[in-house]
Amino acid sequence: MEETKAIIEAIIFASESPLTVDKIREVLHEFDRSEISRLVQDLINEYEKRRGGFLLQEVAGGLHFRTRSDLSFWINKLMKAKQAMLTNAAMETLAVVAYKQPVVKSEIDRIRGVDVGSSLKGLLEKKLVRIMGRKDVPGKPIMYGTTKKFLEIFSLKDLSELPTLKEFKDLQDGTEALGTESRIPDNVEI
Amino acid sequence: MEYEVKLDIFEGPLDLLLYLIKKNEIDIYDIPIALIAEQYLQHIEMMKYLNLDVAGDYLLLASTLIYIKSKMLLPVEEGDAGETEDEPDPRAELVKQLLDYQVFKEAAAQLDQRPLLERDIFKRGLSAENGSAERGEDETDVEVSVFELVEAFYRIISSMKEPEFMEIDVEKLSLADRINEIMEGLAEKKTLTFVELLRDSSDKRMILYTFLAILELMKLRMIKVYQASSFGVIRVVLAAES
Repeated sequence: MEETKAIIEAIIFASESPLTVDKIREVLHEFDRSEISRLVQDLINEYEKRRGGFLLQEVAGGLHFRTRSDLSFWINKLMKAKQAMLTNAAMETLAVVAYKQPVVKSEIDRIRGVDVGSSLKGLLEKKLVRIMGRKDVPGKPIMYGTTKKFLEIFSLKDLSELPTLKEFKDLQDGTEALGTESRIPDNVEI
Repeated sequence: MEYEVKLDIFEGPLDLLLYLIKKNEIDIYDIPIALIAEQYLQHIEMMKYLNLDVAGDYLLLASTLIYIKSKMLLPVEEGDAGETEDEPDPRAELVKQLLDYQVFKEAAAQLDQRPLLERDIFKRGLSAENGSAERGEDETDVEVSVFELVEAFYRIISSMKEPEFMEIDVEKLSLADRINEIMEGLAEKKTLTFVELLRDSSDKRMILYTFLAILELMKLRMIKVYQASSFGVIRVVLAAES
């Protein structure tokens, strides 16, 4: 068992992006999911207990080695050229997309009260937002949603891990009544 | 001389409105429209004065505020307390919009507080030096602008030998060829200096094509151009490498 755990540890370490349990099973097919999950949990706990420079974390549906967030100062010292983070405007647009996906642009415009064209384009370029399809209403507007990279960047296991906002639920009912596109029935006769 | 000031305080008209409501400690469900509309317009004036680009969105909300204000000034017919309830508060929709926006503004702030990859948390394999293997130790990169490139271009042109007589050249050159050559050179050597790129091109046309190719590649974000200090060596690297 210890050896199996070591194998799991090794392949997660070697993987550049988060590794799913299913992917681990492709390598260790004689084990079932629950066994692997248990060993993975063991590993997570071990790293947690050790309190070293990095942890084994669950992000974007997979497992990944990442540094402890309180050590960022030192790593940023190493990487001199700091990455440009998102502007407030982009962050707001991203928040609307993340919580309301799939969402059309006009809805984001309405919520933010500005034309979100440029910030949406920036998010698409950064691959944080993707096109999910077209809404089945007249004009067939494009619907947007977040990507796997979004989960990776924001250290989220999945979308359900997004912090819930207190007022959000109550307000959602409110917006339903306000929303325009979503009220149009699918079978409009022309 | 005009100065351009960029104030990024407000993310939009709703943000400005929220700010005014907070500043005046107003109950969001009972906004004194006249007061808020006045302050809102004052802020827009100020933004114009500062030469800020007042987007149409700001003006749209201004007109909404004035519309609501005028609506609230109109006497309610019959004046009975019972009658007024039928008439919806003209502010209702705006309030809803504001509350809606506030939720997402907070959501954005919360997202920003999460441990972000490459800001708070790092994964393995980030290149600390941005592919600077062959470079001097303390050369820090400054991304150069087109202006510096133009300057360097000018220096090379002016250091050229005496102008020769023009020859009508049969050799056909295309920008696409030169782009491909540069990309191939970069794929092989990882980094090339601006001078290196122009060295083997003695005639003006070739230099021009090289220069245009570099500008085009920069525009397409296929290469990055760095300079360590002013008048320093300009280096060209593949964008994908960094």
